[in-house]
This record gives sequence, structure tokens and C-alpha cells, in this order.
Amino acid sequence: MEKHSIDHLEGICSQVRRDCLRMVHAVQSGHPGAALGMCEYVVALFFNEMEHDSDFKMDGKGEDLFFLSNGHVSALWYSVLARSGYFGVPELGTFRKINSRLQGHPATEEGLPGIRIASGSLGQGLSVGIGAAQTKKLNQDDKLVYVMMGDGEQQEGQVWEAAMYAAHHKVDNLIAAIDLNRQQIDGPTEKVMDLIDLGAKWEAFGWQIVNIEKGNDMASVLEGLAKAKSLTGQGKPVMILLHTEMGYGVDFMVGTHKWHGVAPNDEQLENALGQLEETLGDY
Amino acid sequence: MEKTLDLKYTYTEKKDTRSGFGDGLLEAGRNNPNVVGLCADLIGSLKMGAFQKEFPERFFQVGIAEANMIGLAAGMTIGGKIPFTGTFANFSTGRVYDQIRQSVAYSDKNVKICASHAGLTLGEDGATHQILEDLGMMRMLPHMTVINPCDYNQTKAATLALVDHVGPAYLRFGRPSWPIFTPADQKFEIGKAWKMIEGKDVTIFATGHLVWEAVVAEAMLREEGISAEVINIHTIKPLDTEAILDSVAKTGCAVSAEEHQLNGGLGDSIAQTLIRNHPAPLEYVGVNDSFGESGTPTQLLEKYGLNAENIVKAAKKALARK
Repeated sequence: MEKHSIDHLEGICSQVRRDCLRMVHAVQSGHPGAALGMCEYVVALFFNEMEHDSDFKMDGKGEDLFFLSNGHVSALWYSVLARSGYFGVPELGTFRKINSRLQGHPATEEGLPGIRIASGSLGQGLSVGIGAAQTKKLNQDDKLVYVMMGDGEQQEGQVWEAAMYAAHHKVDNLIAAIDLNRQQIDGPTEKVMDLIDLGAKWEAFGWQIVNIEKGNDMASVLEGLAKAKSLTGQGKPVMILLHTEMGYGVDFMVGTHKWHGVAPNDEQLENALGQLEETLGDY
Repeated sequence: MEKTLDLKYTYTEKKDTRSGFGDGLLEAGRNNPNVVGLCADLIGSLKMGAFQKEFPERFFQVGIAEANMIGLAAGMTIGGKIPFTGTFANFSTGRVYDQIRQSVAYSDKNVKICASHAGLTLGEDGATHQILEDLGMMRMLPHMTVINPCDYNQTKAATLALVDHVGPAYLRFGRPSWPIFTPADQKFEIGKAWKMIEGKDVTIFATGHLVWEAVVAEAMLREEGISAEVINIHTIKPLDTEAILDSVAKTGCAVSAEEHQLNGGLGDSIAQTLIRNHPAPLEYVGVNDSFGESGTPTQLLEKYGLNAENIVKAAKKALARK
């Protein structure tokens, strides 16, 4: 992958945030909070870190793969896919509308390039990513598999089945990440179902941990990803704890669970877009 | 009783259908390097040991974590592997329904969900393990192929056929030692019903272990001057509606026989076909909205009305309704 400057990547983030807000606003439906929060990480992966081909092939041989387990953050992934050439940017305007390939949650059924498995029902993506990583090993394919999860998602039991399995089977061509924004639908995670020390939990399950303390700072994200990559191939899976702020980039959305699944109205959209530079042209 | 009957199919050996799966999987592994096996701590019960021994690098012990197993299998298809998952039918379906629905069926992944110890004939372990709803659950899922073979040979043939079939599939088999009455060299065509015995008065559509009971029932009916046609519906989905309608057009009435709840299984599939195309009397042989219990397979099939005697009764009832 061509390496971009931090300024350039931040510019992409600004445009991607605009896309997400406009998509969610247009159908008054979707999940803006985590999309804004995870933006730097997913942009860094697709525009800088992953070796991938926008001429999409389902089998993904010889490419790094990305799985979004917390599928409700679909707007972010769709924007990043479109902006990196998987499909035309204008198609973002069909998000969540009838007859669209851009389903509410990511799906393969309509054949949207870039999507390899449906997600939305939480807790399944890590298992899928581990399976794909083991197939890469069987195929002598030295590329990596990336999996993104939410922090509320850590409450699903299947996540811990997968955690145990990946360490036991030494799946070390895998970099998973948890979007640690400490928010879920019903409120702060510590009030809904306290995750306590997630790093200690994953470490106890046999994973190597990388903390990205400033998950909305592009330089920190790139540095954390470089460290995570350096830990692959050592017999243990790698987990990134990505400390982010939900709703980052829009002052009235930041740091609260209230925008988890709520769309901005016309006035709020205008206010939000005023805070985000249009760098690549709106769709 | 069987000994004195003039059976159209006979057997010299009995074997469990799960062994047909295990032997089929081993052969599939030899034929195709992309076949991989996953098992949730039931290698012996699923007869996957031979595959594991010969192909250790293509076999994955998952531990007691069925949800993870389904997700892993879905992921392994990305890059061209053909995963066969193995656990009991109960843990292959009800326990992991949402994982199958999203990661396998909706995502149209080439995963073969192989399920042993299905139905009452699991026996002494009792109702917690005797799933009788799995065919219904699986056939409701779009993209899913559902197969329930009748004996060792057919289960082995079905396992091999699944290697070349692209798409999600559910393969159901069982634990008890059961007559081997179909040929070892049979061609297994997914979705194609097999007319095993030609008849003219009533059609018996049977699946799984109850195909053997249908063969016995045909001989019993013949002694009473009733000509029954026996059709082996090894594929519940896609259902061979043409074979069903052709037969009922001739006989005018039918019986369905399955080791499953009356709700949602083979009987309902046939009823749906008949009612839309050619309404005709249909009697169900299956479990009537109850759970099973501990006992021997033979005792359970008798108590819950799933044997040849009950198929005979149902056939007479269907005939009387013509």
C-alpha cells in the first residue's frame, strides 16, 4: 500500500465523517456514534496499513482481510470502501434504502464489493476472522486478518470462546481490535455491564495486548498498528485496545452514548458538517 | 416379525449412520485437499477420528464451543476451504441458530453442518439431547440444503456428494446400529427423491431411519393386499416436489414418516406441496408436539409411534380418507 502523510489521512477522515453523517441523516436511521469514533482506525487500515485490492474477490487470497464484527458501524465501512475504490462514491446515497447494496448492516446477499460476511448480530466476527486466518495458514498465504469489535460486544459469550481458541491454536496472523469507547446503547458500559479490565482479561486468555490510548489521533493509531504488526508471527494472537471517543469530531456528539443509534436532524447535520472540512467532495 | 415378511430390501449388516459420515469424510479428505474438519469435543461420537489421524493439519479441535465452531467454519470458506463441522444435532442447530443464520446461511458460505445423534434413537441420554426440531429449523433458512439419509451407505454417499455441492448444508444422521439396506455404490443426487418400491394404493414418504420402517411397512401392507409405494426423501430441502406430485397423482393418498416433530418437518413439507398443487389425504408419522425421554431406540420408536406398525396404521387411515 502507498503510504500517506498524517495530514492526508486526517483529511480523508474528515470526508468520511461527513459521508457517515449525511448517510445516516438522509434515511434518519443508522449508527453515527461509533462510526465517528472508529474513523481514524478504519481509515488507517484501508488507506495505509492493509494490502488489499479494491477489485474485489471473495476468497481474498494474497490480501489482508478486514472483518467488521460490530456491523452496526456499517456507514463508516461503506464510506471507507467507496473512498478506497471498491464501488462508486455516489452509491453511498443508497444507504439503508430499498433495493440498495448498502444494507443497514453489512451483508453479502446483494454482492457489495468489500463485504465477505454478514455481521450485525454481535459476537460472531472474531470467530469468522480466526477461521479466515487459519485458512490463510493452510494456503501458505502470509497476509494478515484484521477484526474489529465493539466494547459492548465483549459481553457476548462467543467472543470468549473465540478468544480461547485463537490462543490455543496459535493464530498469530490475526490482529483484532476493540473499540473501547465505554458506551453502549443503554448507557456507559460500567453501568450496563462492567467490562472491568479488558486488557487483563485478554492477556489472561493468552493474547498479546497493544493499547492505543489516543484512538482518535492518527499518529497514535499508526504507531499502534505498527507495533501490533510487529507482534504477529510469534505464536500468539494480537489484540488492540483502541481507546476512542464515541461521536469524535462533532462537539455535540462526542463522548455520549446518546448518538449510538440516533440520526441528526437538518439543523444538527448542518452544525456538524460545519465542523468537518469537505476534503474529497461530498457524494 | 421382520424375519417372516417378504421384504423388498434386506440386509446382512447393521451399522450406525454416523459411521457412514466418518468414513465418507475420510474419503472426502483423500479426494479433496480443501476439505477440513472441525469438532466440538465429540470426535469419537462423530466418528471423525480417522480423518483427524490422517489429516491432522486439516482438523480443528474446537472444544465445547459450538457457536465459535460455526463462525470458524464460515471464515474458513474464505480462501476456499470446505469445512465439515461435527457435533450432536442439538448443538448443531438450536444452540447455534443465530450463528448459522447470519454467518452461514445469509452469508451463503460453503459450510457443511454435520449433525449426529438426531432424534429419539439417541436413546438413553434422553430429551435434552434428542432434538426433534432440527429439520424444521434448518429448512426454514434461505440458502440451506437439508439432508437426512437412511442408512450407513446413504450417509456415506451423501457426505461425499456434499463436497461437490457449493453452499450451506445440514446433514443429519444418528447413533443407533441400523440395517444397511441401500447399495454401497449408490449415486447420491441432492434434491432427487428415490422411489424404492413401486405401488399404487398409497405413497409412503420417509426420511432417515424411518425409511427402513417404511420398507417393513410396505411388506406388511402387501400381506393385507394393499400396494404401497415407498419413496426415500433423503433431501428435505430442496424438496423433490415433482416426485411427490407424480406419486400422489397415481396413489391418491400418502403417509409421511420421520423421526422429528410433526411441526415443521418432512410431513409439513409434503403437505405444503400437496395443498398447493394436488390436495390429497396425508397422514403424519412423527412425534406429536412432545419431548422424548430415556429408553432404548426400539422402545422409544414404539412408544412415540414411529415404527412400521404405526406407518401401516397411518396408511390405512389415509386410504380410508380417499
